[in-house]
Amino acid sequence: MYDFAYHKPSSLAEAARLLAADPDAKAIAGGHTLLPALKHRLNRPSSLVDLSGIAEMRGIRREGDSLVIGALTRHEAVARSSEVKSAIPALVHLAQHIGDTQVRNRGTIGGSVANNDPAADYPAAVLGLGATVRTSRREIPADEFFLGMFTTALEPDEILTAIAFPIPEKAGYAKMRNPASRYVMAGAFVSKGKMGVRVAINGAGPCVFRQAAMEAALAANWSPEAVAGIKQSADGLNSDIHGSAEYRAHLVSVMAKRAVQAAG
Amino acid sequence: MNVVHPFEGIGASVRRKEDRRFLSGRGQYTDDINRPGQLYAHILRSPHAHARIGAIDTTAARAMPGVEAIYTSADMAGIGGLPCGWQIHNKDGTPMAEPKHPVLAEGKVRHVGDPVAVVIAATRQQARDAAEAIEVEYDVLPAAATLAQAQAPGAPAVHDDLPANLCYDWHIGEKAAVDAAFAQAAHRVVFETTNNRLVPNAMEPRSAIGDYDATTGEHTLWTTSQNPHVIRLLMGAFVLNLPEAKLRVVAPDVGGGFGSKIYHYAEEAIVTWAAHKLERPVKWTSDRTEAFMSDAHGRDHVTRAELALDKDGKFLALHVQTQANMGAYLSTFAPCVPTYLYATLLAGVYSTPAIYAEVKAVFTHTVPVDAYRGAGRPEATYLLERLVDVAAKQCGFDRVELRRKNFIATDAFPYQTPVALQYDSGDYFSTLDQALQSADWAGFEARRAEAKARGKLRGIGISTYLEACGIAPSAVVGSLGARAGLYEVGTIRVHPTGSVTVLTGAHSHGQGHETTFAQLVADKLGVPVANVDIVHGDTAKVPFGMGTYGSRSLAVGGSAMDKAMDKIIAKGKRIAAHLMEASVEDVEFERGTFRVAGTDKTKALAEVSLAAYVPHNYPIEELEPGLEETAFYDPKNFTYPGGCHIAEVEIEPETGRVQLVNFTAVDDVGRVINPMIVEGQVQGGVAQGVGQALLEACVYDEAGQLVSASMMDYCLPRAEDLAPVSVATHTTLCTHNPLGVKGCGEVGAIGSPPAVINAVVDALRDYGVEHVEMPATPQKIWSILHRQQS
Ligand SMILES: Cc1cc2nc3c(=O)[nH]c(=O)nc-3n(C[C@H](O)[C@H](O)[C@H](O)COP(=O)(O)OP(=O)(O)OC[C@H]3O[C@@H](n4cnc5c(N)ncnc54)[C@H](O)[C@@H]3O)c2cc1C
Repeated sequence: MYDFAYHKPSSLAEAARLLAADPDAKAIAGGHTLLPALKHRLNRPSSLVDLSGIAEMRGIRREGDSLVIGALTRHEAVARSSEVKSAIPALVHLAQHIGDTQVRNRGTIGGSVANNDPAADYPAAVLGLGATVRTSRREIPADEFFLGMFTTALEPDEILTAIAFPIPEKAGYAKMRNPASRYVMAGAFVSKGKMGVRVAINGAGPCVFRQAAMEAALAANWSPEAVAGIKQSADGLNSDIHGSAEYRAHLVSVMAKRAVQAAG
Repeated sequence: MNVVHPFEGIGASVRRKEDRRFLSGRGQYTDDINRPGQLYAHILRSPHAHARIGAIDTTAARAMPGVEAIYTSADMAGIGGLPCGWQIHNKDGTPMAEPKHPVLAEGKVRHVGDPVAVVIAATRQQARDAAEAIEVEYDVLPAAATLAQAQAPGAPAVHDDLPANLCYDWHIGEKAAVDAAFAQAAHRVVFETTNNRLVPNAMEPRSAIGDYDATTGEHTLWTTSQNPHVIRLLMGAFVLNLPEAKLRVVAPDVGGGFGSKIYHYAEEAIVTWAAHKLERPVKWTSDRTEAFMSDAHGRDHVTRAELALDKDGKFLALHVQTQANMGAYLSTFAPCVPTYLYATLLAGVYSTPAIYAEVKAVFTHTVPVDAYRGAGRPEATYLLERLVDVAAKQCGFDRVELRRKNFIATDAFPYQTPVALQYDSGDYFSTLDQALQSADWAGFEARRAEAKARGKLRGIGISTYLEACGIAPSAVVGSLGARAGLYEVGTIRVHPTGSVTVLTGAHSHGQGHETTFAQLVADKLGVPVANVDIVHGDTAKVPFGMGTYGSRSLAVGGSAMDKAMDKIIAKGKRIAAHLMEASVEDVEFERGTFRVAGTDKTKALAEVSLAAYVPHNYPIEELEPGLEETAFYDPKNFTYPGGCHIAEVEIEPETGRVQLVNFTAVDDVGRVINPMIVEGQVQGGVAQGVGQALLEACVYDEAGQLVSASMMDYCLPRAEDLAPVSVATHTTLCTHNPLGVKGCGEVGAIGSPPAVINAVVDALRDYGVEHVEMPATPQKIWSILHRQQS
């Protein structure tokens, strides 16, 4: 790791100011993506702005028919939250299956969503539920948030503060893990509610995406069989030693079917 | 054997003494050791698989903060290459090609990770920062990473003077006899397979600290080694030209080795040499990525085998042609792995009368390949046990009965195989029957049907294996090309009050020697385990030793200790005879007590040892004081553990995911000293075998880049990948060592991979699948099923 300066602001405004003042500064939350990158010297920030002291980014609460989860909420806290469980059980299931115990006790929802790793879990839920991303400046609908591999609509000095998930009637998540990294090789998050019927696919492509044909099929007939037969094109999907694009395309249908099964 | 303390002697599951230290985080590993004034080394490694090195500009790097020195091969002139400890001869009698393995690359780099320069600085980070500032001109050349690439016409040469990349072309057995048998065979079965390349991945990465005392001229090397005396010998004599008396090698607590810490590595020589040059201690510790590209890898064979059977299924002959990837240079024991640790095992547990094996060893632009848990025997076992299953299927025999029909009869021992080895003992029928019963082989079809109802494809697979370990008789291995003896050394030091210190040349890096060896002493000398201390891993303390690998610690090291205890007892009898005013012939020793036969006159061991150190009333004219004995034990033969492994798997057809659901091991490891430790060793070995069968693959791309260079892509088994592993033993004693022990360190990794793959193929039986290459990843299984369906 290269040397860097370290700041631990206690307010959002101060954190935003620190980030704006230095284009090479970087926010750090749970550090479970950023620290490994620093250790491998893949990243060279001049300073780290530790978000963990900012109280306004914490907490899980109901706001009307939305569930709002603060950006600093750790995966383990979501996995154990009775609030989340009663509102969106699929989110509990998702959080329970991120990485391992150590990862879940450090990694945060904000970090995961801001990072937008194509193989991460949370982006599927954010897109699959049609959530709204709240930041230090504005609110961004999920459909406009995930722009590409590790790329989001966040400006360099913009801080993700919370995510507001509309509470669906039904939602389910299923994934196939990469045998080595245990990140997602192909996953599907499905939901039905006031945001309509949504199917978000993660792991398979360079960025989480919505599967329109499956959404249409489910809108007509909400059942596992409705999606099982819909083939995902392999064009543009990821391919590596663990899974070719064709294999991932196949898994998309299987995971979508399982997600619908899980949603009930 | 006399069991003095029934809960501590041979056969007792004594809790591991060393675990208190390990579990409370108080182990002392190499990287835990820090010397006053210590500097840190960082190795700049080649990012290319094959390149000519042009200018190396270190000017900017030298000016960076904390930098003490930067060395390249030019600075190390006069330093020898890393030696190879085993010489194989070609079919035509000429010696193998043995290109120089320089400590730092000379002129060319030959694999990703090949060390090019070393930076020594005040901190680890500074050394690394400076290494990034070194400018190396590389003229990148085409590379050959796989056996196929390296042997293709016009392939890039790894060593300029070896255009065909051939290290050796060796054979064993009788070709004429094999040809004759094939000519009259009712069945001929061909099987081709790749034994996947593996990265050992010990939990503790390699580390080394060099220190030099200018006042005494003594060098000390702390290193993560399985055999510190061997490192002292190789590095002192061949690389740095240091006399043994001025070179101390310490291998303190070592967190796993699996073979990868047997070899003498460049970094050990670099820190020892640099510490002398700078007169400051120098430490180097590998990180995980560096380990992937610098620790010796394992396996990597491509083989074609053909089996001849008569109409009843009796094996008539076996012809095996294997290509073995050596990597870019010869690691310490690399040449013997695909020859004397592999081809000599091709009889397995079967009475095949004629065997002929040909092995070509090939250089490639990859990390050197050497022995990894099992070393050669897993490759041989996998080949045979898959081949037998393929033969059973093709010729219509029951796979269990085909095995039984060809087993070496239990009364046929000692059994001479057609490939050099002579097995001393074994009972393959009993281990088979016990395993079939324990795994409920007969009830499998019901489980398969039940799984099918759940949408899963369930399969069961068997492997009946044998291995040769406890290496090895020095004269025999010497005649086969070993450049070292393979005896072991043990010293028993009985202290004045009767407690015991054992010095052993074996090295424990997870095996539990501190417990098992103490049990040997408890059993024979009647000293409680708590009063027996095992010292290992320091050339300044232990007289000599060849270290731990090839499941040899107990069979060879334990036998040396046993011989030393015999000497202790013999001397003790003379002292006791004097004390009890009896003649030596009348003194018996049992349960820690010397007794005049037929009387109640006794002396405890502690009384005798006290007399030995306080020799007031002592036969001082005839006997030296003190009670300490050393024995060098050179084994008479290898030992031959064997047994039967049965795996059960379930495949999820939608995703191709294979889940191990059951594993049964019944092993004959000879006499069992500590059943709990044996169980742990077998389970650990099985975990690694399951890893090879289902998960692990070291992958290089066409350009020779290591694709699987971290845990993100290299899949080690996790708890959820395993299933309950039931371990039982069935003992036949080794006939040629005093303890009757065979060895248990590698059986798990040797027996299990074919059992798992046989289960996978069985699960796919309705799909007409003949074979699935390791590792049987979800993608691979899905592709097979997908192909069948479309
Ligand atoms: C061994 C291992 C296994 C893992 N397995 C999985 C897995 O299976 N599935 C999965 O989804 N993830 C997995 N992860 C990743 C884990 O979930 C990470 O913790 C998460 O992706 C990032 O969260 P973090 O809080 O650690 O972010 P950090 O590492 O602190 O930051 C990540 C990035 O996001 C930025 N950032 C962080 N918080 C904010 C914010 N509030 N606003 C703006 N930018 C921000 C940082 O600047 C940085 O660029 C794994 C990680 C490890 C180490």
